[in-house]
Amino acid sequence: MRIISILIGAGSLFAQAPEIAFDSAPNLLKMPDRMYMGEAAGVATNSKGHIYVYTRTGDAYATTGTSRTFSHGGSRLFEFDQTGKYVGEIGQNSYGFLVAQSVRVDPQDNIWIVDKLSSLVVKFAPDGRVLMPMGRKPEAIFVGARGGVPGAGRGAVPAGAAGAAPGGGRGRGEGGPAPLPGAGAPGDLFNGPSDVAWDAQGNIFISDGFGNARIAKFDKNGKYLKSWGSRGSEPGQFNNPRSLATDAQGNIYVADKGNNRIQVFDNDGTFKTEIAGVGAPTAICISPGSHPYLYASNSNEVNSLDHGEIYKMELDGKVLGQFGRAGHLIKEFGAVNQIDCRRANELYVGELMNWRVQKITLH
Amino acid sequence: MKKSQRICLAVLALLSMPNFFGQTLTRAQERAKAKAQNVPEIPYESAPNFLKLPTGVYFGEVVGVATNSKGHVFVYTRSYDTRLLEFDQAGKFVKEIGEGVYGFAFAHAVRVDSQDNIWAVDEGTNMIVKFSPEGKVLMVLGHRPESGEVPVTPGFGVAPPAAEPYTFNRQTDVAFDPQGNIFVSDGYGNSRVVKYDKNGRYITSAGSRGSEPGQLNLPHTLTADAKGNIYVGDRSNSRIQVFDNDLKLKTVYDQVGAPWAVCITPGPHQYLYSSNSNPDNNNSEIMAVTGEVYKMELDGTILGKFGKPGKQLGEFSTIHEMDCRSENEIYTAEINRWGVQKIVLHPKK
Repeated sequence: MRIISILIGAGSLFAQAPEIAFDSAPNLLKMPDRMYMGEAAGVATNSKGHIYVYTRTGDAYATTGTSRTFSHGGSRLFEFDQTGKYVGEIGQNSYGFLVAQSVRVDPQDNIWIVDKLSSLVVKFAPDGRVLMPMGRKPEAIFVGARGGVPGAGRGAVPAGAAGAAPGGGRGRGEGGPAPLPGAGAPGDLFNGPSDVAWDAQGNIFISDGFGNARIAKFDKNGKYLKSWGSRGSEPGQFNNPRSLATDAQGNIYVADKGNNRIQVFDNDGTFKTEIAGVGAPTAICISPGSHPYLYASNSNEVNSLDHGEIYKMELDGKVLGQFGRAGHLIKEFGAVNQIDCRRANELYVGELMNWRVQKITLH
Repeated sequence: MKKSQRICLAVLALLSMPNFFGQTLTRAQERAKAKAQNVPEIPYESAPNFLKLPTGVYFGEVVGVATNSKGHVFVYTRSYDTRLLEFDQAGKFVKEIGEGVYGFAFAHAVRVDSQDNIWAVDEGTNMIVKFSPEGKVLMVLGHRPESGEVPVTPGFGVAPPAAEPYTFNRQTDVAFDPQGNIFVSDGYGNSRVVKYDKNGRYITSAGSRGSEPGQLNLPHTLTADAKGNIYVGDRSNSRIQVFDNDLKLKTVYDQVGAPWAVCITPGPHQYLYSSNSNPDNNNSEIMAVTGEVYKMELDGTILGKFGKPGKQLGEFSTIHEMDCRSENEIYTAEINRWGVQKIVLHPKK
């Protein structure tokens, strides 16, 4: 059954890689009483090994104003120490924690969250202060015929709605040629962003991947530099760019999930190569150190238990092995949405289905 | 290159309106850029980490800032819910005002009157709430529609329902003249300025949607001078319209871009500040030609400008309201920074 599912799996046809032995510590994170982890959409560790989880704990809810409908809540950011002890919450009751998508920690231990429904990327200092918001949450949401209620629509935005923030103020400006589908507007107005990464200079890369289909580059101060990509399947085009990572040379690896490939770009967005044969990459990460590895999860969809394996690769795409499969048990994965690989053989995986983070040790 | 081609290129170059640096502006940039030319820059600095938030309290989009007679700073923010927070003059957190009050849904502006009362303008409830310095509700203007009776903001080109004396449609700001009369810019739905007496009784209103003199297209901010003249930031028309105390149009200033926020300093020599804010959707094309604040005489003479868009200290990320505490001390509320800056100007003497 397992072999069949791999064989028929999109893009997995040639990827019967050796199995890597591994262990899992599934009950690593201790939640305080009467607090619950929800879907563990985002997980990341800092330099001390503290673990951050950006989790979907409820539906975002809507309140009616006089003429518009406002959205609130739905996601929380928790911090744990390296032993899994609960440390605290960051950003509680802040603006735009609607549907968690990703959390990453930069080399200075700042914590960055990516929210797919509020379309915000927010940089927090290690002490929890807001250092820099990027993007803008739509002022109001449309309930009824013009869109879905928050939490129900899963951030889906119709093709061609690029850069259109409902109620978000002025349009994208006129005078230039119409942008390609998914190309978005120049600047940091996101449409369902999916992930964030940095190069050695601190430049910021954001995969704007649910509503748009582009990668946007900013300098370390948040100044917009450029973006690339549009919706499609050609090299340099994307179909739900779901996750991204950088290597030490500043190359950008984009998990182009809908096209069953990882695309590799240089620091300016010039297409270099693509890596196929590892399923539909949903979450990727690159380990640090002199010999970095690329990990990619061929996550199962939430309505199936097919696939779910994670691949370990050289940066050139050579598959070294794979481990795990979809499921609810320990050492199985339920729709992995993010992987942290700050240490090469010690991975943290955040799962949507099983409401948990597993600490994976590879042997 | 043939001569005819050269002429052709020269004509093209003229048509494309090169700016000061010789770069060509797009049509959208031409529209957004302030018309004023060669305005001197005013040196300035921003106080770092001015406001100290208690642990677990976060600003969201900061849309309103105002100071009282003691220098306390009031911040009106769209956080998880809309909140009004008070800090002392050193930036230390003092208290929260109006937590959970019926008039808070989507913050837009806050102003402090000469008696230190705090006025919160909320465009999500169509209400203006007057709080005493202690935080007690003293008066409310407007009425929040009952649940289930939610009107719809008309689309562009669709006339809004007729404006009612005591009902707002996404009003934006409030101002006071020396007699305590109350002026409201109203707003996103309506296109008018309304005058009430100090007890909230309707006196008159002016304006309809359009671009003719006296008409308004998103009156987003307003302020009064010591003579009781009313300065209205007519944002989408990119002009400040000045009305007398009876709301008769006096003059128009259209050289300083789109006035997102205006304020007038106190004292014997008053100055008018106006922000041509960079767009709240962070569009980099428009951002390149906006984001500066102008200092003017009340007669519209431009004295200088300061600021540029960005998220670093001293840069502006969509100023939404300003408090002119004095000629050289300006507080900015910024949507895309999620914070307040205290700006100190150092104009050359």
